[in-house]
Amino acid sequence: MEDPKLETVADMGKVNSSFLEETSKKSGEKLNLCYQCLKCTAGCPTAPYMDIRPNNIIRMIQMGMKKEVLGSSAIWFCVYCQTCGTRCPNEIHIGVLMDTLREMAMEEGIPAKEKNIHLFHEAFIQSVRRGGRAHEVTMLMDYMLRSRDLMKDSLIPGVKLFLKGKFPLLPSFIKGRGEIKRIFEKCTKNR
Amino acid sequence: MFSPLTPRDLRVCMKKLGVFICHCGTNIAGTVDVKSVAEKMGKIEDVAHSTDYIYMCSEPGQQTIREAIREKSLDGVVVACCSPSMHENTFRKAVKSQGMNPYLCEIANIREQCSWVHQKEKGEATRKAEEIIQSTLEKVRRNESLEAIAVAINRRVLVIGGGIAGITASLDLAEGGYEVILLEKEPAMGGHMAQLSKTFPDLDPAFNGLLSKASEVSKHPKIHLHCYSELEDVKGYVGNFELVIRKKVTSVDEGKCTGCGICIENCPVEYVSEFERGMGMRKAIDTLYPGSIPNKPVLYREYCRYFLDRSCQRCEEVCPEKAINFKLEEERISEKVGAIVVATGYELYPKEKLGEYGYGVIPDVIDGLGFERMLSPDGPTKGRIVRPSDGKVPKEIVFIQCVASRDPDRYMPYCSRICCMYTAKHAKIYKEQVQDGQPYIFYMDIRSDCKGYEEFLQKTIEEKGLLYLRGRVSRVFQDDGRVRVLGVDTLTGKMVEVAADMVVLATAIVPSNGVKDLAAKLRATVDRHGFLTEAHIKLYPVESSTKGIYLAGCGQSPKDISDTVSQASATASKIQALLSTDKLLQDPLIAFVDEGICSGCGICVEVCPYEAREMDPHRGISIVHSALCQGCGACIASCPNNACELRNASANQVLRMLDTFIV
Repeated sequence: MEDPKLETVADMGKVNSSFLEETSKKSGEKLNLCYQCLKCTAGCPTAPYMDIRPNNIIRMIQMGMKKEVLGSSAIWFCVYCQTCGTRCPNEIHIGVLMDTLREMAMEEGIPAKEKNIHLFHEAFIQSVRRGGRAHEVTMLMDYMLRSRDLMKDSLIPGVKLFLKGKFPLLPSFIKGRGEIKRIFEKCTKNR
Repeated sequence: MFSPLTPRDLRVCMKKLGVFICHCGTNIAGTVDVKSVAEKMGKIEDVAHSTDYIYMCSEPGQQTIREAIREKSLDGVVVACCSPSMHENTFRKAVKSQGMNPYLCEIANIREQCSWVHQKEKGEATRKAEEIIQSTLEKVRRNESLEAIAVAINRRVLVIGGGIAGITASLDLAEGGYEVILLEKEPAMGGHMAQLSKTFPDLDPAFNGLLSKASEVSKHPKIHLHCYSELEDVKGYVGNFELVIRKKVTSVDEGKCTGCGICIENCPVEYVSEFERGMGMRKAIDTLYPGSIPNKPVLYREYCRYFLDRSCQRCEEVCPEKAINFKLEEERISEKVGAIVVATGYELYPKEKLGEYGYGVIPDVIDGLGFERMLSPDGPTKGRIVRPSDGKVPKEIVFIQCVASRDPDRYMPYCSRICCMYTAKHAKIYKEQVQDGQPYIFYMDIRSDCKGYEEFLQKTIEEKGLLYLRGRVSRVFQDDGRVRVLGVDTLTGKMVEVAADMVVLATAIVPSNGVKDLAAKLRATVDRHGFLTEAHIKLYPVESSTKGIYLAGCGQSPKDISDTVSQASATASKIQALLSTDKLLQDPLIAFVDEGICSGCGICVEVCPYEAREMDPHRGISIVHSALCQGCGACIASCPNNACELRNASANQVLRMLDTFIV
């Protein structure tokens, strides 16, 4: 309109509710309860690197801005540390939401803004699928194969982690691997 | 340094005085050399006792004063300590216990007016303390013994306004055993609460709750209800107000009318109803609303054809009780009361001034009260939400909060307090009625500060999926049969445009029309917006600055029903405390007239702001009404002959007090 910097969202009703309903249903979070206290963003360790802050992600979902949200780098930067969800006064688990949004973005075929980040995401999920918990060495190898990047992004951080003793060479599996398998099967079927 | 008293002075006042200097911990003693001051004061001829103590107001401190009075038979006391507003009463009570007249005890303020403000000039502070005490001694030397003035009280109460505030205050007072006169300018009780659908946060029907209270009022033997009446004149003062009530002409004989409603059915004249916020019609003879209390119609002469051109007398013809009487006249009733409750309520901000929101121009833009009427089962749409322009159900509806509130530059600077909650309630009820509809709410902040409100709000947002857009609206205009609303959502920084079917404005609360005139009659004050001002915003919130005038409801400030009812009950209990005695005691420090000097010029009568001065027609001199005089001194300053004086603050006393500082 008068100010070219402000983008008009026309016809609020059509845009709005479907995206909000879809994300609320898939994530199971009560997204319309958010009153923008910004507690989530204040405590988020990766918020400084995000293009859209976690609180704004929720607001943009409420406003029906699907394209912007699913195309953001923020949803890929979330490390699921759950600080936001633990602190949220309205019990919105943004980690869960971010995971939902990543899945939705992949379904819609919207490429992740950050290079290879979705491959890391997949490697992580597969690692969990195998053993019930992530095993860093096999996960990293998987990622290296997927990304065909053997040095810069994976090996150097890998060596650093190994020297700090954070890199167990043998994987440890959880007891309920059968259940994990069933969970994955169910999720894939429901899609 | 001290000017010694002349022998003449000593002859004038043969009093034996006592000086008591308080350290107030280190508040005074840290700056003023209290020991040396006490010693110096002790050397003054008529000072029989001078001492200091760490806390004079403490029990041992007061004991020092009592003992000195007893042992030295003192006739006057100066306590040098904090401000008289703190402990004047304490020390006057202490001296009274020893048989001394309390008005012979005076306070020399050496804390607020000396030690606190001169902490860095200790020598000067000590000298100033000495002078303050000396000047107060000068006053005490010529003080008279005085008695408090006892004034008889009329133990009846006038309540102005028959809304929920006035109804609550009247019932509380009547239950307490006091007779109440309840005035309502409309033909029935209820005020704005009668227009409401449901209350937040409990969603109870407002009308039912109101009617049960109103019917209690109408049946109560101690409450005299005057509807369609206004206060024409008030004279007098706390405990003794004299009123003239103007009962507007109803043209209906109250005694004969049974409220059958046949006249209303037969009346051919219809006009737009203000009660229905312009969305319904009413007749020239009508009740305020169906089922109103009292349920008797009033004939509005400005609309009635009989009074316009004598062309219609239908109501008179059809009335089975012959209750219609075109010849009835206005009535004036005189009453006496001891206290007055002002419960005049509110209006919504006038729509003529809200052009920027299209209000009054676009038919589908209505205000909060209009939406309440729409939601009311007995309202113009029988509770159905429809567009006023074409009767269609609105699928997209915009609620705008803070319309004319919180806008110091153009409208009202204050928060109207009820809009956040009623808007949430409106959106909730809308969503329940129009399930496929989408409500949008433009807001600046959401204020939900009372019991259960925040929970109500969050629950509503969760269950109904309301979309709150944070920001003010920039434009509202009509386009292709819809109302387009332009605004910004500041949370995303996006401009927002809604093509709505209907817009509801949460407009600001403003004081009722005519409150300023009423306040002037009552000598009560109003603020710059016309809200009645309380004596102290924290400590005396229901008392007006004029004694005997009390406040309740939105006439004082915007508030919801819970707060209004609480305030009305608080007012009622304050009045019950006032009326619990037979006589009121008043400070005798008021003006008096030297009848030998007064020339009867009458200047004092004109300048008195309390109507306490009057000419005595028989003697041709001016007199003082002791119960009305507040001791302000306006008459004393204006008297050309020095015939007026203030008790214990005579010109002679004041000049001599000044001399101690100058000489």
